[in-house]
Amino acid sequence: MEVLVSLVIAVLTACGVYLSLRARTFPVVLGLTLLSYAVNLFLFVTGRLVLGAPPIIEAGRSVYADPLPQALVLTAIVISFGMTAFVVILALRARAELGIDHVDGKEGTQR
Amino acid sequence: MNHLVIAPLLLPLLTGIALILMRGSANPMRRTLNIASTLVLVAFTIALLLQATDGSVQVYRLGDWSAPFGIVLVADRLAALMVVITAVLAAAVLLHAARGSDRDGRYFHVLFQMQLFGLNGAFLTGDLFNLFVFFEVLLIASYGLLLHGGGPLRTRAGLHFVVINLVGSTLFLFAVGALYGVLGTLNMADLARQAATVAADDIGAVRAAGLLLFAVFALKAALAPMHLWLPGAYGHTSLPVAAMFAIMTKVGAYAILRVYSLVFGADSGPVADLLDPWLLPLALLTVVVGTIGLLASRRLAQQAAYLVIVSAGTLLTAFGIGSDVAIAAGLYYLAHTTFAAAALFLLADIIGHARGEVGDDLVAGPVLPRPQLFGGLFLVTCVAVAGIPPLSGFVGKFLILQSSVSTPWLYWVFGVLLATSLLTIMALARSGSRLFFATDDTAATAAAPRDLDLTGVASLITAGVILVVFADPVYEFARDAAMQLLRPDAYIAAVLPGVAP
Repeated sequence: MEVLVSLVIAVLTACGVYLSLRARTFPVVLGLTLLSYAVNLFLFVTGRLVLGAPPIIEAGRSVYADPLPQALVLTAIVISFGMTAFVVILALRARAELGIDHVDGKEGTQR
Repeated sequence: MNHLVIAPLLLPLLTGIALILMRGSANPMRRTLNIASTLVLVAFTIALLLQATDGSVQVYRLGDWSAPFGIVLVADRLAALMVVITAVLAAAVLLHAARGSDRDGRYFHVLFQMQLFGLNGAFLTGDLFNLFVFFEVLLIASYGLLLHGGGPLRTRAGLHFVVINLVGSTLFLFAVGALYGVLGTLNMADLARQAATVAADDIGAVRAAGLLLFAVFALKAALAPMHLWLPGAYGHTSLPVAAMFAIMTKVGAYAILRVYSLVFGADSGPVADLLDPWLLPLALLTVVVGTIGLLASRRLAQQAAYLVIVSAGTLLTAFGIGSDVAIAAGLYYLAHTTFAAAALFLLADIIGHARGEVGDDLVAGPVLPRPQLFGGLFLVTCVAVAGIPPLSGFVGKFLILQSSVSTPWLYWVFGVLLATSLLTIMALARSGSRLFFATDDTAATAAAPRDLDLTGVASLITAGVILVVFADPVYEFARDAAMQLLRPDAYIAAVLPGVAP
């Protein structure tokens, strides 16, 4: 399971980096979203992968899931959600004000 | 517990919320509340600074949970110094913005207080994840402030700024996650303890996380090669906002100083002195790159933006040398350069308004009204920025040069800093002659600014003069702060009282 999770994080990060290097605002926003998914998963697994274990103390249990990464990831999700909403609005405004969705506000030289 | 430690956070937060609720009321009312609150903040932070002078480390446990389980705020000398600089800068910028530019956007006052909340939080927190959260608070406020006033160029600069900072935040989270995964804590004092005894198998992961954190802080501090976002963002936003942003690169520099003296400091065993091969060369490169941009600038605001990069480089040069005298010199320079750069941005705003359509472009424009006054202010600001005697820039640069004398980096530091200082003087002299001498007599002059418009600039210049007059006590304080940073035992003992060092 560790291999699968780390592969998922790696693929998400790679796609996120690739998309955020694109020249149009829409792929860039998507790339940032994928990057934030990747980092949220990464934060989540820093508490190690355990199955069916409670995060708070319970009678008769000896294995627990680390509750702190779950709290961290919740904070990170809220922040990245807010930031994504902001960047979407900003990209729309840039499209309206500059008349183009290129990140530099003008068409780059095409080869 | 000493509640004064949390006051610099609560005051801007509560004022910001009150300002949101007051959005229906007239601008002068919100402006008055904002100014009053910022002046009270100055008083609070100075009180905090006076308490920190004796070297005590004040710890504020939120919810009275003891560290490392709860979150703590920590006010030592460095943190107290940083919040004072922030509050004084904010008060001066606000006095300037209150002359009219705060009317360009509805939420200027709210965003301004939220920015202060984020800045003070970043300086006072003792927890790495909380540092991330406060970075986000100050960033989202800065996104709003950056776009204040609107316009296509500003929107484009804002888009770049937001995207690059979102990538930075992602990297920050990766680094924080990796540190937690290996060391099992996020409290900075506890991280320092755990990092010193990290198992051999995990050293690589901790070092990688440490360097990833450095990349994030370098991005915020505009260290080359990650400075490219700064000229666009600072040069295209409204100039009072750019003046407030003069402290933002210092947040990055502060974070570098804090994390790499505490967690990756000399006592940290296998991960000690992580930055030594990187910080100083990159800082010197930043100074050079910033100076080249300064020479190529076509607007006064753009020049001020490149000067922020140069000053970030100079500052990190001092931190990169890393001895107690060098860090002390850097802290003195930090206070000076924040005020001087902000003064130049505010002056560019006033001059731009007075020149009408030409704005602050470095081309022949109308004859400025009251040339003696503006020329004099410009001269004083430039003397401070470029580091010519007798103003604070000279003292700061002199201290940094002096601290490098007995290090192997002597020739590099002297060569780069002195050569770029000369080029800075040339660039600023050229701007001065374009603005004040090479005038176009046929162009219509704009309305002369009134004396009150100069309040912000005058208070920043006064702050600079105070730094010179009281250079000795300020330097002594900076020296003590540097000592406290280089011997983090007291910090760790204050945060984690139950744990033997």
